[in-house]
Amino acid sequence: MMAAVAARELADGEIVFVGIGLPNLACNLARRTHAPNLVMIYESGAVGATPSRLPVSIGDPALVTGSLMVCGMADVFQLFLQNGRIEVGFLGGAQVDRHGNINTTVIGPYERPKVRLPGSGGAAEIAIHAQRILIVSKLSPRAFPERVDFVTSPGQRVQRVITDKGVLEPDGAGGELVLTGLYPGVAAADVKAGVGWTLRSRPSLARLDPPTRVELQLLREVLDPERLYLKS
Amino acid sequence: MSLPDAVARFVRDGDVVVIEGFTHLISFAAGHEIIRQRRRDLTLCRLTPDLIYDQMIAAGCAAKLVFSWAGNPGVGSLHAFRRAVEGRELAIEEYSHFGMVARFSAGAARLPFWTLRDYEGTDLPRVNPRIKSVTCPYTGEALATVPALNPDVTIVHAQRADARGNTQIWGLLGVQKEAAFASGRVIVVVEELVDESVIRADPNRTLIPAAIVDAVVVEPWGAHPSYAQGYYDRDNDFYLAWEAISKDPAALTRYLDTFVYGVRDRAEYMEKHAGLAERLKAKEQRCAGVNYGY
Repeated sequence: MMAAVAARELADGEIVFVGIGLPNLACNLARRTHAPNLVMIYESGAVGATPSRLPVSIGDPALVTGSLMVCGMADVFQLFLQNGRIEVGFLGGAQVDRHGNINTTVIGPYERPKVRLPGSGGAAEIAIHAQRILIVSKLSPRAFPERVDFVTSPGQRVQRVITDKGVLEPDGAGGELVLTGLYPGVAAADVKAGVGWTLRSRPSLARLDPPTRVELQLLREVLDPERLYLKS
Repeated sequence: MSLPDAVARFVRDGDVVVIEGFTHLISFAAGHEIIRQRRRDLTLCRLTPDLIYDQMIAAGCAAKLVFSWAGNPGVGSLHAFRRAVEGRELAIEEYSHFGMVARFSAGAARLPFWTLRDYEGTDLPRVNPRIKSVTCPYTGEALATVPALNPDVTIVHAQRADARGNTQIWGLLGVQKEAAFASGRVIVVVEELVDESVIRADPNRTLIPAAIVDAVVVEPWGAHPSYAQGYYDRDNDFYLAWEAISKDPAALTRYLDTFVYGVRDRAEYMEKHAGLAERLKAKEQRCAGVNYGY
């Protein structure tokens, strides 16, 4: 469901900065359905990648074979990202807060971490330079605290947060995240229970369609047959 | 030159060491040789420390880590790194990928720092005082700055080079060119030694010229468990297995004893991995080539 909802956010012809996991599934699903001209750029330097197997790392060799361009990472960050060429960026993280700030650095104080997470990678500059940001993350009060312990990626450009139960959107640019859409069979209270602050809702909530048969078949049989990222 | 000789000559205790390669072409062979020669107090720099720096941290080589993403790509955590940081046994200096790339770019251009539009609204400058800002003299805009990174030694794994060190890489290029040009000494480890005429036939593929290379080492499979495009695939099974190995300090010690201290070189390492070459060897997918004539 998350992958299908995320895929529908992408328009044909857009240039998208892809991450591993669900974002990669979503982009490849979009490319095989409504967005055949989606240009997928991976931070490892593959531009216009068309991976013939599910990449399990951001630098998988299958991203190179058959891509349109391979460039060094200085070019990725300077000529594509800082240049403003990336229209959509996908981010996820251990924590997402009320204002869409993301933490992938540390739980607890930085100097005395409870849990040391991997850190930014490209996430800081993706959040700053991609024209719009889509966050993909599963709901839980721990994952959605009122304030993140550390701002790795600022939330100003977040357009939508795609969770496993519904969709949140900022109330105005950089504003507080509010509930705007629900998945089939989910009540607003289920989403609110997964968020660590008092989540407000839009007056009328969108009902998001479940994945179509074609989307499900592509996801389960073509894109992730071994169910590395899909639950069911 | 042999890898033991190259490490003995060019990697010293206390050095700032870079083994680059973004997922692709990571010189595990050189990392293992540094562990075997028991180098100490190294400042290890890499965008993604990956399994190789996790192993070097566990083996006690590192005093400090400079990085931008310290995870096991596609799997989860680097547990030796996490234990060292959570136990406050390892100094860290942390950037984002763009920040690290910019540091290498400044180092390669022999400038004191590099400017970038980054870090506004993030907490990274708060915990890393080396991330600063400067006012643009032309527009008045505030730009982030990061200091040049000029390693003592950079080690690059590549597909092929000639005997003098003209080095060709294809597939993901990472930040190896910038890291090599920024460095005081450069060791190149290659899958294949080729004649100079092979290099001259396709000069656009040369990433690192012999002029900046101090040692050329031939070490087939030297990037395993990372990969070399056109030679062998990434050993994703090993990256998955590292989760359990690195989580348990005793298992990690056993790993190092068996596959690092317990072998003399890469050839012996490969002998201990029966069936590996057959499992990971790359399929043929050649490009047509171009006309360099005039």
